[in-house]
Amino acid sequence: MNRVQSIAGGMIRLATFGVALSAGLLLAGVTVAATKTSLVLGMSVEPQGLDPTVSAPVAIGQVTWQNIFEGLVAIDKDGKIVPQLAKSWEISGDGLIYTFKLQQGVKFHDGEDFDSAVAKFALDRARGPESTNGQKRFFAAIDTIDTPDKQTLVLKLKERNGSLLYWLGWPASVMVGTQSAANDKTTPIGTGPFKFVSWTKGDRVELVANPGYWNTQTKLGLDKVTFRFIADAQAQAAALKSGDVDAFPEFAAPEMMEGFKEDTELVTVIGNTELKVVAGMNNTRKPFDDKRVRQALMMAIDRSTVIDGAWSGFGTAIGSHYTPNDRGYIDLTGTYPYDPEKAKALLAEAGYPNGFTFTIKTPQMPYAPRSAEIMQAMFAEIGVTMTIEPTEFPAKWVQDVFKGTDYDMTIVAHAEPMDIDIYARDPYYFNYKNPAFTDVIKKIELTADTVEQEKLYGEAQKILADDVPALFLFVMPKLGVWNAKLKGLWENEPIPSNVLTDVHWED
Amino acid sequence: MSAVTVTVEKPAARRTSLFLRRPNLVIGGAIIAILVIIAFVSLFWTPMPPGKMQIIHKLKPPLAQGLLGTDHFGRDVLSMLMAGAWNSLSIATVAVAFGASLGTLLGVTAAARRGVFEAVAMRANDVIFAFPPILSAMMLGALLGTGRFTAIIAIAVFMVPVFSRVTVSAASQVWARDYVLAARAAGKGGVLITIEHILPNIANQIIVQVTIQLGLAILTEAGLSFLGLGMAPPAPTWGRMLADAQTYLGTAPWLAILPGLAIALTVFGFNMLGDGLRDLLDPREKGRT
Repeated sequence: MNRVQSIAGGMIRLATFGVALSAGLLLAGVTVAATKTSLVLGMSVEPQGLDPTVSAPVAIGQVTWQNIFEGLVAIDKDGKIVPQLAKSWEISGDGLIYTFKLQQGVKFHDGEDFDSAVAKFALDRARGPESTNGQKRFFAAIDTIDTPDKQTLVLKLKERNGSLLYWLGWPASVMVGTQSAANDKTTPIGTGPFKFVSWTKGDRVELVANPGYWNTQTKLGLDKVTFRFIADAQAQAAALKSGDVDAFPEFAAPEMMEGFKEDTELVTVIGNTELKVVAGMNNTRKPFDDKRVRQALMMAIDRSTVIDGAWSGFGTAIGSHYTPNDRGYIDLTGTYPYDPEKAKALLAEAGYPNGFTFTIKTPQMPYAPRSAEIMQAMFAEIGVTMTIEPTEFPAKWVQDVFKGTDYDMTIVAHAEPMDIDIYARDPYYFNYKNPAFTDVIKKIELTADTVEQEKLYGEAQKILADDVPALFLFVMPKLGVWNAKLKGLWENEPIPSNVLTDVHWED
Repeated sequence: MSAVTVTVEKPAARRTSLFLRRPNLVIGGAIIAILVIIAFVSLFWTPMPPGKMQIIHKLKPPLAQGLLGTDHFGRDVLSMLMAGAWNSLSIATVAVAFGASLGTLLGVTAAARRGVFEAVAMRANDVIFAFPPILSAMMLGALLGTGRFTAIIAIAVFMVPVFSRVTVSAASQVWARDYVLAARAAGKGGVLITIEHILPNIANQIIVQVTIQLGLAILTEAGLSFLGLGMAPPAPTWGRMLADAQTYLGTAPWLAILPGLAIALTVFGFNMLGDGLRDLLDPREKGRT
């Protein structure tokens, strides 16, 4: 099978080479040394569809968000909310009425005009009964949507929601056209600076610059963009070194980063992400229903060793489901620090003086089995036997763990920013229920005051750090590798994305 | 009158050393003997406990830490290779034993019964043979979960047609011999004839086949572990060591070279031994060397 693929790949490459060669010959006389305006950007995971409003995987947004699709508001590279298709907004004093003034002259790639009726359609589609939106709860607070005129959109809320505006900036909340929405999964049509051209499944998605882009202040540096999907780290490195791919904003193998340093053509950029690696436990299953057992397991783990062994030392230890980039972060890694002796004592107190045996279901992404192997050795020190069961991600993992909650422990990186509220969701795969925590999350949503919110986020973090519904391990950094002449890619990742608006080549 | 294929040594005058006469046999045998010894030793002693992680000592080259260096978790590579030898050899041996017994049983039965039974059995074998062992291992893994048992079954299943084919053709030839006809004429049943005449006469060919298939089984086991379908961690296997080493090729090449060498050497050993045994035992090859 591999050989067939590589032969086919080789033929495609050969054909591409031929086309490129003849195109090059044609152009040679005209443009001699113009700045490059095309980009090939590599990703490890291929999205299953291209409509971020119908399913949750972050890879969808990493191709389409801000490139093809735009939202009422956007999130910028510092994680701030900025106006986009809504040029301004007002929030009533009681926080229940949001009035958006929309941009004029915005057209979808298929020619449809964007106005308040379209915006209402898009939001109704996302929150409606038929919606499969991965973040449907975002819109739960919205009661009614009114369109007094073409340029005005009014959202009336059932109750205050401090996060709504931020959520409207997410990939899941982008604006889709009334005529094109149904086909966005395969042929996405948005209002963004790039238009969709083609999707070769298993290989690439191609985009071109949108000449009719409404925001004339944006000067695009690219006219052609190709997203390539390459899962294997070795192949990623080879593609970067040969110049087949210009950038891997999220390179797959931290241990290979050192090797790029000698290459003067490439730069390595270590940035922040929201990727929290946590080992979730089934909080209703024995023995994990006992808080002391979870705390003991947490104390059995030396986070710095896990980071060093699993991710070559790239990463920051966390003590709760919150990253140092999130507002109101407090370092809680000291709540249950590494202490195998104490862990053993606590296990004995919980009624497991001789430890116990359980299974961890690990997805195949390299961080998962590697972290699991180290944890296995650490648990063995306190007499706990952990069996590692590889579980294919996403299909089988989603079925067994996420939906079926048929598991003891699992390990996965949570990519969404500020998603501490998942521990208040019911149902959610941790099966964790703590009314005190749910109460704090409710309060956060009802508060508009950011200082108060941050205080409450602090409380939420402390509850999790003490309850240990999941073993909080570390935040993965964004390991970017790209051509040294390429500028404008985001260094950090306040939200999973590959925003290409400012990307350009320098001579 | 049954010992037609007994090997007869040449006269003493031609007695040169076994090594010169049968270099394959000696080299292959020596490699396998050493491996078997290492595998058994690993059950009682390895330089370090094979799963012991010392992350502060990770990725040390050979001789800097331990004889063969350490891996990305700071585990001693030599200890892992030794324990891996046991895992590889034990899985391969059990799988081939299963496959050979079942395949031989099927083969001799088909040769004895002929007719519809043979046709059905042989076509069923063809069907099994058409599935690559990796594919059947993946299906079995989905059904039973991955692990030692799955690996053994997956390899054994694909050994069955190999052995039944070899057996059926060899046994059919024996069935046509005069002394078998005589036995039948004397009223002996198929089971008795198979035990008394067929099996002793085809044993050599089966032994040769077992040796060659062991090499193939080692390779398949390594392939399965490489894909994560073999034994679960922390049990060290050569295949998984190779898989883990992939991304360290640039920085720590010994992590890939050493288990790769171990696999290659073992397969080479079994093939040499198989060749040597064939020269020694298989009557059809007589006179060729």
